[in-house]
Formats: sequence, structure tokens, C-alpha cells
Amino acid sequence: MNLIIKNGRVIDPSQNLDEELDILIENGKVAKIGKKLNAPDFKEVDAKGLFVFPGFIDMHTHLREPGYEYKEDIKTGTEAAAAGGITSVACMANTNPINDNEGVTSFIIERAKDVAKVNVFPIGAVSKRMQGEELVEMGYIAEAGAVGFSDDGYPVRSSLVLRRALEYQRMIDKIIIEHAEDLELSGDGVANESPLTYKLGLKGIPSASETAIIARDIEILRQVGGRIHFAHLSSKWSVELIENAKINNLNVTAEVTPHHLLLNEQFVETFSPLYKMKPPLRSEEDRVSLVEGLKKGIIDAIATDHAPHTQDEKELEFGFAPFGVIGLETVVGLIFDRLVMSGVISVFRFAELLSKNPAKILGLESKGSLEIGKDGDITIIDPEKKVVIDPDKFKSKAKNSPFIGWEVKGWPVYTIVGGEIVFNGVDN
Amino acid sequence: MFKRKHLLGIEGLTRDEIDHILDTAQSMVEVSKRSVKKVPALRGKTVVNLFFEPSTRTRISFELAAKRLSADLINFSGSSSSLVKGESFRDTVLNLEAMHPDIFVVRHSQAGSAYYLTTFSKSSVVNAGDGAHEHPTQALLDALTIRQHKGELDNLKITIVGDILHSRVARSNIFLLSQYKTKIVLSGPPPLIPPEFSDMGVEIEYDLDKAVEGSDVVMMLRIQRERQTGSYFPSLREYRKFYQLTKKRLARADKDAIVMHPGPINRGIELMKDIADSDKSVILNQVSNGIAVRMAVLYLISGGSHEFNN
Repeated sequence: MNLIIKNGRVIDPSQNLDEELDILIENGKVAKIGKKLNAPDFKEVDAKGLFVFPGFIDMHTHLREPGYEYKEDIKTGTEAAAAGGITSVACMANTNPINDNEGVTSFIIERAKDVAKVNVFPIGAVSKRMQGEELVEMGYIAEAGAVGFSDDGYPVRSSLVLRRALEYQRMIDKIIIEHAEDLELSGDGVANESPLTYKLGLKGIPSASETAIIARDIEILRQVGGRIHFAHLSSKWSVELIENAKINNLNVTAEVTPHHLLLNEQFVETFSPLYKMKPPLRSEEDRVSLVEGLKKGIIDAIATDHAPHTQDEKELEFGFAPFGVIGLETVVGLIFDRLVMSGVISVFRFAELLSKNPAKILGLESKGSLEIGKDGDITIIDPEKKVVIDPDKFKSKAKNSPFIGWEVKGWPVYTIVGGEIVFNGVDN
Repeated sequence: MFKRKHLLGIEGLTRDEIDHILDTAQSMVEVSKRSVKKVPALRGKTVVNLFFEPSTRTRISFELAAKRLSADLINFSGSSSSLVKGESFRDTVLNLEAMHPDIFVVRHSQAGSAYYLTTFSKSSVVNAGDGAHEHPTQALLDALTIRQHKGELDNLKITIVGDILHSRVARSNIFLLSQYKTKIVLSGPPPLIPPEFSDMGVEIEYDLDKAVEGSDVVMMLRIQRERQTGSYFPSLREYRKFYQLTKKRLARADKDAIVMHPGPINRGIELMKDIADSDKSVILNQVSNGIAVRMAVLYLISGGSHEFNN
């Protein structure tokens, strides 16, 4: 069935579009954009007063399947995505077994066809068993459908393996996503290394743990070429390194999570593991420079690093709880309210960060845009809808959100994937 | 006045509250010197010593404190690393709480765990050491000892020497002594005293000779040999050379300076017999005062009044 989205404020940076228009989706693709559209047989979405965006893409998600289905699976993870206004997710390779061969990649893709609510794009590991020693068979994994490679959870430990991966990109042009962390400098740290955590007696993770790997990677890339995307920046010095690399025309991109944009290390004073993640929440100065990095275009994408854990796993002493928080269901509303409506970034920039740029970095040519012929993936936000973030309403199996109880104005109300409405939040 | 339900740390206590605990503790000192070392103040109350980390002296000190106040006391020893196989900290506490204790005295390897306990328990909580965060009763017994020897806590220079980074004793002492007119100087190998500590209102002097200059109190900390060697400083040999409190170094301190140590001492590393067993050392006074301070704390958080009269 065809779908027409009527009278929405359509925002599409790929066409420099910000206008009240209709969109017709036929056979899962954008067929027409214009005023007063009609079609022989269609379903209508009344988007009067709503914002209509090209579907949002979370380029950093942990769906946990295969292997950790008790935390999350492809079905619940993508239901969470749909409920949060996300039309596509790229899922990291630290499953069990690890996605370091085309069998696992194919499994994820096949499973997603059966149960997923939104598009699922697997990321393969860079190194076998993520040990950082041997390159995976990038060609086979890419042919099976992986859109990038990352040892996320770990850095690419060997500088030489990273070099080989970058060289191999000349043949298999898929992004390398780096979890920039020097594991020795992080040691058994659990929070930012700072005056605050020295006072609290929490073991610190220095910013240099992140910047040392970013600097290493940039220098290797400078030598051999290729492109790297840096996951979850946390430090102002990282922003500076990325900025310099871009000034030098090196092909690097970077993402930041909603929690690093909206929270700082002060929350750790509660000793609540809901504020424990890697990289850790850093100082207010760091947070502000990440926001500045978004505004200036140094940081290319917002990604959730959705990391589901059960409550039993997470309800522990701060030092013992696992790292990570969820984000799929809250990222769009939170960023829209706290950064877009408050005037920090424009709606255009918002659409670039959550749609256009992730699509480009991951090589998703039919996504990130509402041009005619592109996939009919659309996120619609009601700027007036008020929500109090309530873990009992999460579709995710996990509840480990640091934003529980936050009041948000502006929330996704329709999530449309390939012309199908996979989430309708107008009535709840 | 001290009207709190818990003692989780020194940070956040006012000078008045600290004075009040110390005054109460001073009045408790006498109880332990009687032939019948018991007062009925906490009769019918149940104290649970919840120790998830090995400890002898703190556990025994709390045990005696509780018993001298006529409370019932049970000891629970767990391993904080056993949670992977066994029961979580939370479940352990909830099970014990189902038996209706009044006070948990908790020692745990993780910073914040005493506070964490209060988020799901209804009992009073006394922090007996949470990771590298706080050890409030140690700082209070140190303060009581200093006060007994120096008459007051104001107008003193205190030098704290050793592994500040991993020391909850150092942190609690810094929080406490900063409430008074004191000059606090930290000394030890630089990797064990990051410059960020100066944000806590203390001075850092890596040269121990300079750090003890004119000090009224020299507080030595235990070097945890198994943990530090090879990582935070090159060798114990080098540690001794630069950070052992020798007689010669101590001579730079005030002539009436006292030497403190929270124990257990590594004889031959941070201290040697010539100082540990000298008349400068108040180390065993600290141990005695530990009981008085813990009696005072247990008494006060149970709603004991200002005047402790037996």
C-alpha cells in the first residue's frame, strides 16, 4: 500500500529542504514530494504540526544476539529502535560468537529479516576473535552484508593490524570504526580520572586513554590512507585531534553519544552504575566541547552505543557493575528537546547527525535522504509531545538508562521503515 | 550536634558535628578503663559487622565497641569478589536485614558501597571503609588522638606520607582536618599523589625532608607491597630511601611532633622500630581511641543524646 505523509514540516539537508510538504511513498521508496499529493490507493499520515525527517540511523548499537539474548535480542532491540524513532541500526560485533566471520553476519541478517522492526546493518569485527592479532576475512564478511568493521569494546589492539585493515579498505571500502581506548592506561578504571574521582576514591580512566589511540590511528592513516570513524568521543582533546586531522584532509569522522552530550561526571557522585560506561562521563568542560564539536561540524554523528544489561547485572556496587547504558528509545527525543529546540543546533544539523552523515559513513546510499527513489524510511517528531522517561515503558529488555525520570518535550510519534509504519506513538 | 542516621563519610560533616562526636568519644574513653567495661546504652540493639574485605583490627574494634555498649553483635565475613559465583552484596544485606538488625557496619572493597547500602536498606549504616573512598571512624580516632596530644585540632601542620592514591584513611583525614585551621601536606612517590589532590585544599611536597619540616603530626600510611611494587614506584629499596620516616627526617619536624600510623605497619618499609616503638609514636593510642570513637558513633547514630552520662 502507498503511504502519503501529509502537511508535515519536511526537513532534508540532502536537498536543503525545510518546507511544509507531502511525501508519497510507493513500493517502499520515496516517489514524490510536493503539495497536495494524491495517489490511487493510499494510507495517510496526518503530519500537520509535526517534523518529518529522513529516517534516523543509529550507527552504534549492541543488539546482543547471538549469544546474549537475555540482555537484548534483534527483535526487542529493533522494537526499541522503532519506538525511539530510529529506522536503521548498525550492530556491533561483540556477540557470542563474535561477528568475525560471514556465518555470523549472515545469521544476523537472516534473523533480522524474520524478526526485526527496523533495518539492521551488521558491523564485523576487525580482528579474529577481537584479539587484535589477525585480520578477519573482510571480503567474505562484507559480501555477506557487513557495512563496516570494528572491534568495539576494544580498540584495534595491534597498530599493524590497523594498518593492514586500512590498506585492505582499497579493496573492501567499508568503514573501520575505532573504539579508542588504550587498555593499559584505562587499567581497572571505572570513571573519569579527575579531581572529583580522586576525591571519591574511584579508579580513573584518563582522557589520554582515548586520545593516545586516536592520535596513533590518525598517524597510521596519514601514512597509508583509508578512512576511520571514531566511536563515542568523550574528551575535548579528542575533538581537537579530529579537528586537526580534518584540517589536514585526512578521512576521519567521529560520533558522540547522547549521554556524553547531556551528562557529566558529577552524576558519578551518586555512585549509581547507571552513570558507568566506557568511555566515562567526563568534565563539564569536555561535555561543552563535544557540543561545540557538533555545532562546528567536527563531530559527524550522534550514536547511542546502546548497551543493554539486565537489572541484576547492573544493580551492583559501582566498581563491579558492567559498563554501558541504553539509548535507542531516548536519543531522538532527548537531543531534539535539549539541543535542537533549545537552539544549540539547527534541525538541519540534527538531521545530518542522525541520518545523512551516518548513511554516508556506512555507505548506505539509499538512506539518509528523502530524494525521490530513496528508501521510504522516515522519522516523524511531534514537537509538543511531552514525555517523562519511564523504564517500565521501554521495549528494550534492559532498563539501564541514565535518563530515567527526565522530562522531555518533543518526541518521535511515527517511525516508518520502507513505507511501513513500524511505530505509531500518537495515541500513547 | 550529631543527628544523622548514618556515618558514611567525613565529607559533608560540619565542624560542630565532628566536635560533638569527639566530645562523646572522649567521654567513652573512661568506660574501657573500668574493671566492668560495659554500659547499657545500646541494650537490645543488634549490630551487624558486615565485612566484605579482610580486616582484623577495625572489625574487632567495632565488635568491642558494640559489646561495651551492651549491643548484640554478629560478624558476617564475605568476599567482595565472590559475587560472580555467589550472592550479590545487595542480596546478602537484604537477607541479613530480614533478621531486623539496627546497624550495619560495612567494610567493602568498592568506593560508594556504604552509600549504596543505604539506598536499599532501612538500617543505620556506618562505613568501616569503602574502597579508596572513606574510612570515617579512622579519621575520627586519629583526630581524637591528635586532640589528646595537642590539646586542639587548630593551628597544626600535619604531614601525611605514603600511598595517598589508594588510601581511604588519607581522604577521610583530609576531609576532617580541613575543617580546622590546619596545614595539610601530602608526601610520597608522585604516581601515588596525583596533582589533582591539591584541589582538596592540601599541599603536595614530593620531598619528604621538606614535607615534615616543622610538622606537629606525621601520619604514615601503609604501603601495600603486593599491589604497588613495579607499578607505582620502582622498588621498595627506592621507596625506603625516599619515603621511610627515619629519625633524621623526623628531627626536622616540631620537637613535640607525634607519629601516627593506621596499621598494620610494614616494619622496615615506612617505619622502623626506632620510631614505631619510640615515645614519639602514638600508634597504640590510636588503637585504644578506636574503640571510644566507635562507641560514640554507634551511640550517636542510634539516637543517643548529647550528654553521655553513665
